[in-house]
Amino acid sequence: MFFRRTDIALDQDAHARFLPVLIAFMVYLAILAVAGIMLLQHSMDRWNRGISGTMTVQIMSASKSDAGGTDRAINDALGVLMATPGVLNAVALSEDGTLDLLRPWLGDLAGQADLPIPRLIDVVVDPEAGVDTQALAARLAVAVPGSSLDDHRVWLDRLVRLLRTIEIIAMGVVAVIGLVTVGTVVFTTRTGLALHSEAIQVLHLIGAQDTYIARQFAGRALWLGLKGGLVGLVFCVPTLWAIGYFAKAMQIDAISQASLGAVQLTAIASLPLVVALIAMFTARTTVLKTLARMP
Amino acid sequence: MSLLLNPKTYGPNFLMSEFNTNNIVRFENVGLRYGFGPEVLQDIYFELAAGSFHFLTGASGAGKSSLMKLMYLAMRPSRGTVSLFGRDIATTPRSELPALRRRVGVVFQEFRLLNHLSAFDNVALPLRVAGVRESELKGQVEELLAWVDLKNHMKARPPTLSGGQQQRVAIARAVIARPRLLLADEPTGNVDDRMAYRLVHLFEELNRLGTTVVIATHNQQLVDRLGHPEIRLSGGQLRLLERSDKTRQSKIKPGGRPIAPFDPEVLDYL
Repeated sequence: MFFRRTDIALDQDAHARFLPVLIAFMVYLAILAVAGIMLLQHSMDRWNRGISGTMTVQIMSASKSDAGGTDRAINDALGVLMATPGVLNAVALSEDGTLDLLRPWLGDLAGQADLPIPRLIDVVVDPEAGVDTQALAARLAVAVPGSSLDDHRVWLDRLVRLLRTIEIIAMGVVAVIGLVTVGTVVFTTRTGLALHSEAIQVLHLIGAQDTYIARQFAGRALWLGLKGGLVGLVFCVPTLWAIGYFAKAMQIDAISQASLGAVQLTAIASLPLVVALIAMFTARTTVLKTLARMP
Repeated sequence: MSLLLNPKTYGPNFLMSEFNTNNIVRFENVGLRYGFGPEVLQDIYFELAAGSFHFLTGASGAGKSSLMKLMYLAMRPSRGTVSLFGRDIATTPRSELPALRRRVGVVFQEFRLLNHLSAFDNVALPLRVAGVRESELKGQVEELLAWVDLKNHMKARPPTLSGGQQQRVAIARAVIARPRLLLADEPTGNVDDRMAYRLVHLFEELNRLGTTVVIATHNQQLVDRLGHPEIRLSGGQLRLLERSDKTRQSKIKPGGRPIAPFDPEVLDYL
């Protein structure tokens, strides 16, 4: 199809050189944006998976006068937790374990006996069970006054909102790239129609269907789109590799630990074809619309 | 004998008695104006019978090319009805017009060859447009190019050909699909008299095969000498000038002596 003889000298146009360059640039940007979106989605899924199966219960330490109060409170809390459907396990961190967690911030102060150190219970829940955290927190508050339940949702939701915003911006970039590609193809096709108006008129007058003429422009746009798209894809490979390399060097886990699966890689590799098809259909539509005005 | 082709003067059925009712072209009360300008064609009414041969004459700017454009469907009339092969163009769906155009061969005033294509590809164009397979069209195109004495120039591009050669390529393109109507707009405008006569003789041979022919020309000497009926445009209106030469008259009748399309005898004219 690409090397089919054409009746219109489309391969002699200046835009034949200009269009693939522009499409290569567009595909390059589109692949970076799409890869970015995929990496963000990958990171969000990973964080979601890592966090949705855990909760932490914090028990305020009892006063000094009530020596066994903290342990009782922990046992009460464990009782409530284990009785809750969907809770797979609940383990209280020992006092030393809790102090170890605080040591990086408090240093030796963490070990001083008069500092009220809250105790933590690490809870593992079945993410599929849909544990009602608000109801559980209320039950805990009744059983153990001063306790609090943290399902890590607060900070995760903020992070997810931030990532979603970035994702929407990236999608907007992809949409703009698509629109610019369509606009460019419309412009170059119209230029081609004007440049070859004589040949088009002759074809029209000797009985060519509009689709016969449009097919020649569409085939040309498909070929130029594919050519440019593949160039863009080729340039993207070292760019994505470099981003991954520097992310690893800079310990940006969200990028360096994320990887694109076969589906994502296939989607990215097919972007040049998608852009070429957009170019083809745009050229075809533009030509048919223009020819429809001929008598 | 001079007759005015205007229904206001002779009534709309006047030409029906003159021509075969099997009409190839029919104009009824056709008027044409460009933009808001005056009408360049006014109240045109005529019919061309199948197998007829006419010269279309008139002074420069009389509207010959406009009338030809209306016939080969490059334009629509401002008013009136144009019918081709019995189909009213105004009511024919746009998708069906290409099929009608394929039955019309046109030799344009300036040839309008596609300069980036070889002589072969230019002549093959109407067949390709009609969807004829490459294997089928090759023989036809080569035979016709040989017939117009361009066998050795098949791969040549039009800019490298002489005016006469280009003209023969244009004619070959116009006739390759065996049109039922052949329209030639000033085909002798750029060539010497000898070439002009050779060209018109070629059209006469096609006419003998049943093709209806209209040649727009301002070469009155050529018209007078060949004696075919003359349609003259003047003041935006048509007049038919018939010839008394019965020998010439017989040439416009359909169903003349059948000859092979690429009869070497025809080459004698070239």
